[in-house]
Amino acid sequence: MTREPDAVLGLTREAPGGLRAGFGTEREAEQGRTKIEVRHLDFYYGATRALKDINLTLRDRSITAFIGPSGCGKSTLLRVLNRMYSLYPGHRATGEVLLDGEDILAPSVDVASLRFRVGMVFQKPTPFPMSVFDNVAFGLKLSQRISRRQLAERVESALRDAALWEEVRDKLHQDARSLSGGQQQRLCIARTIAVQPEVILFDEPTAALDPISTLRIEETLQSLREQVCIAIVTHNLQQAARVSNVTAFLYLGELIEAGPTEQIFTAPRDRRTDDYVTGRFG
Amino acid sequence: MSIRMSRRSIRKLTNAVALALSALATLIGLAFLGAILWTLFAQGLAGFSASIFTRMTPPPGSAGGGLLNAIFGSVVLTLLGILMGAPVGMLAGTYLAEYGRASRLATVVRFINDVLLSAPSIVIGLFVYQLLVVPIGHFSAISGAIALAIIAMPVVVRTTEDMLNLVPQGMRDASTALGAYPWRTIVSVAYPAARSGMVTGLLLAVARISGESAPLLFTALNNQFWSTNLAAPMANLPVVIFQFALSPYANWQQLAWSAALIITLAILLLSVVARIAVSRLSPRGRKG
Repeated sequence: MTREPDAVLGLTREAPGGLRAGFGTEREAEQGRTKIEVRHLDFYYGATRALKDINLTLRDRSITAFIGPSGCGKSTLLRVLNRMYSLYPGHRATGEVLLDGEDILAPSVDVASLRFRVGMVFQKPTPFPMSVFDNVAFGLKLSQRISRRQLAERVESALRDAALWEEVRDKLHQDARSLSGGQQQRLCIARTIAVQPEVILFDEPTAALDPISTLRIEETLQSLREQVCIAIVTHNLQQAARVSNVTAFLYLGELIEAGPTEQIFTAPRDRRTDDYVTGRFG
Repeated sequence: MSIRMSRRSIRKLTNAVALALSALATLIGLAFLGAILWTLFAQGLAGFSASIFTRMTPPPGSAGGGLLNAIFGSVVLTLLGILMGAPVGMLAGTYLAEYGRASRLATVVRFINDVLLSAPSIVIGLFVYQLLVVPIGHFSAISGAIALAIIAMPVVVRTTEDMLNLVPQGMRDASTALGAYPWRTIVSVAYPAARSGMVTGLLLAVARISGESAPLLFTALNNQFWSTNLAAPMANLPVVIFQFALSPYANWQQLAWSAALIITLAILLLSVVARIAVSRLSPRGRKG
């Protein structure tokens, strides 16, 4: 579904209000190879079919935004990519989701190992009831044997990458729940990137945050983009436009359209996409 | 405008009435608690002396005596009871909240646990009597501890499940998303998050069983002498209170009052210590 990078270069760089014009365009060429390929994915909550024949490619070193009105299936799609859904009985996915060519929906896949490779950040900050340091070390200790010294280094670098180090360097051993909401969310990001996943899924990561915290997290997203494949679900269209290279529009469980973000926001091919991004519904 | 005003004044009045009623109800509850404590202190303190903690329960007709064997017995029985009942209760509560949830087995277990929770303790005493005391042929401390464990267990099951249910699902999801299997999530994330509630539940169970007399009447019974033998009858405060309070001897009645005060103070002290411990464990600043 994704168009080739050079196909977009000719498109208008005039962006609608609130867009940082042409942000993604220069970077298209830097985008990596296919990281995740979704093929004929259907998803069921019991008897309800929540996703219908989704086909989508996520590239390495690129941010893909999933947009669409509430209940369209964007969070469901995100939760398929790290098999979060398999926690719940009655939730079922069919089709293929290839991570580096390997089908992650196969029953033989070890979900814990999959989640070391595909991290996830949620809407609500969820600091664990332990110190700041232990929060960041949590996934690291699960995923590998690591010396104390290496652990401390990895925790620090994860906190630096999440732009939180300066604020918490003196309170690493305080309970993480004493941090502010925005700090807690950056802590959750640090916790996720500490494991060094290849893909990070963000499920409305800034929906519960103030504008300044949101800005900082968007900056973090931009710097993470250099290294990993990112998918983000957002209700905030400006945010999708600001941070993503590729945008996928979902509606009633179907993938209506996916393409370079500029094109989706300025010249969508489908009428429904146009109605949604221009605010006629949703 | 006048309609709005009158509506507003009705709402104000309703609020005032509701406030007054709930304040009154609180006062009634507190008044009884105060009266109980007052009576206990007034009657119990009169008999307080060093001999209470150094002498054994006296035989009928003899003056003086203390409660040492009964205090020791109560501590042993309560500790053994909670040590046996709490682990089973915590694991069962964990199953209900984390694994079983709405499954058929969990629903049945939850229902039976609620029945057990409200079962009269004398029935549990009789059950253990039939199960252990009759086959063994005599009363014993261990059968008393088992009866107390059966009483403590459903309390712990219930509070463990309730407290784990209060842990936000998002926290478990976040742990799962980091590659943790359920047991790791439960041990490292859910238990610490539910810690203060679970400790409170444990204390409730301790408080509950340390005051039980009915199940012990059929199991541990009583012992006039110092005994550390778990296979023999063992003295304990509730049964001593029961026997001594109904006796015609003034010094026995006085010892019963003192025993009642000791149990009450012990539970009070335990609660205070636990609250302090729990609040030390919680995060600084915000409540956890």
